[in-house]
Amino acid sequence: MAFEDQRTTVYKIDPEHPESESLPTLRTEELLLNLGPQHPSTHGVLKVILELEGERLVKSTPVMGYLHRGVEKLAEDGTYHQFIPHTDRLDYVCAMYNNFAYCRAVEKLLNLQVPERAEYLRTIVAEVQRIIGHQFWLGAQALDIGAMTVFFYCFRDREILLDWFDELCGARLTTTWYRIGGVERDLTPSLIDKLKQFLDYFPPKIDEYQVFLEKNRIWLGRTKGIAVISAEDAVNFGLSGPVLRGSGVDYDLRKYEPYSAYPKCEFSVPVGKNGDTYDRYWIRVMELYESVKIIRQCLEQMQEGPIMADVPSVTLPPKERVFTNLESMIQQFKLFSQGFDAPPGEIYCGTEAHKGELGFYIVSTGGGKPYRLKIRAPSFVHMGAFDHMARGYMISDACTIFGTYDVVMGECDR
Amino acid sequence: MHPLLQRIQQTFSVGVTGLAEWRGDVAVTVSRDKLHEVAQFLRNDPGMDFDYIVHVSSVDWPDDEERFEVVWEFYSIRKRHRIRLKTRVPESDCVVDSLTDLWKGADFMEREVFDMMGIRFRNHPDLRRILMPDDYTEGYPLRKDFPLRGKGWRDTFDFLDEVPR
Repeated sequence: MAFEDQRTTVYKIDPEHPESESLPTLRTEELLLNLGPQHPSTHGVLKVILELEGERLVKSTPVMGYLHRGVEKLAEDGTYHQFIPHTDRLDYVCAMYNNFAYCRAVEKLLNLQVPERAEYLRTIVAEVQRIIGHQFWLGAQALDIGAMTVFFYCFRDREILLDWFDELCGARLTTTWYRIGGVERDLTPSLIDKLKQFLDYFPPKIDEYQVFLEKNRIWLGRTKGIAVISAEDAVNFGLSGPVLRGSGVDYDLRKYEPYSAYPKCEFSVPVGKNGDTYDRYWIRVMELYESVKIIRQCLEQMQEGPIMADVPSVTLPPKERVFTNLESMIQQFKLFSQGFDAPPGEIYCGTEAHKGELGFYIVSTGGGKPYRLKIRAPSFVHMGAFDHMARGYMISDACTIFGTYDVVMGECDR
Repeated sequence: MHPLLQRIQQTFSVGVTGLAEWRGDVAVTVSRDKLHEVAQFLRNDPGMDFDYIVHVSSVDWPDDEERFEVVWEFYSIRKRHRIRLKTRVPESDCVVDSLTDLWKGADFMEREVFDMMGIRFRNHPDLRRILMPDDYTEGYPLRKDFPLRGKGWRDTFDFLDEVPR
């Protein structure tokens, strides 16, 4: 059978000489390739069906849901307080920021004011979490492309902060430190000392990370001009965080809708120009410096004060009182098992997590449980633009694009 | 009244069934046949300029005549304001216009709504399940009549009696 395509050369088989069958047949066709569900670069379990023409991507269809646990359904069955540990498991790399986003949403629903010291504590820990997230991203992304060294350096420094979390709340990853109306416990002097030490130690290390990558010709070749998306398209797709800012849109909720202690801190939002993988890398690295700046300012400005709003019908009593005072114990028990009476209504509250805009849309009909809770996960929205961004690039760039989104499937599939 | 709501009320005399403002969030409810027209206005009008799609969601109200509520949320990066667009769909005719032609990001989000709540989107380029498996036949998990422990083959599981102490 002959093909009309000019690039195709078909050697016709002569029935008289069947051995001619072994002659090479050169013809081209589109190849369908499954990348994943288990592939180290997908950071979880994700399958992408790639349609290839040679090594070029013609179309890619993400197949998601391998990590779907029905978190939104579970939320409808538990009280508002009970849902906080579930948020840890969304983006399990950055649990603190998920807690933060969720607590902010519930506070907006309740119209609850958080004390000033609690706001500062929240900002400090959220920025520490942002550093952890970006370190994790930097290491993993470089590793995906084949630059291994920076991975070890990032994870070495990340370990210091995870140990710091361990001392803060007893867990390294699934932290559950934020509470509705405040935070679970205060920073001890030892924790503040350790954090200050880290802030002095860390900036030279960021320079070090940069040297590893920005002097690496292979890494530069695989990031510059790869997965370019224009500002208009990025906005239209609903991308957020560094992925959007890489295209030159300075959309950052910390500046656009200031919350917590961010309006009291001076920091800048790095914005890229070309919308390629390299710009998105550069933004994340610059954000590491900015996070250090924010934490320093918060530590300086923070005053003594309560760490939890004093609204007994909603907020939890201090832990010491729970163990010594019967009424407080009953209060804590009732708040967790029955919940508080939330006003009927619906709100959306978005928070700038390190991956992008993490939002919670809560519909309440009164009572202790949310009627409907929708999680706007940045990873999920970013996967929607995968096909658009991957089209025309090489098959090996597919891994770069997973990396550049900073996708975590726990959050994507929920 | 919020200036955005005022503007919408002036522009659309029919079709807008509800305007609400609560906790600083602005929400517009429109009838199903006017949805695409209102969305186009939100997207293209220079005073509105909602270029950024935040999320698409759905709420199930089993006791209501029009059972499902589909919710879109938009943000304007230039004007820095936010709006929520809602419409109601009855269970017997679970179809609503897709907004993928205006916001490309709506593609995956609307697929998720279809997957979880069973609402179909007219003119959607690729309306398939997204989180549940393609061959999943046990219904739509986020509907209120879908039990929390699941449905289908899981119903045949034996549950252990509580162990007496």
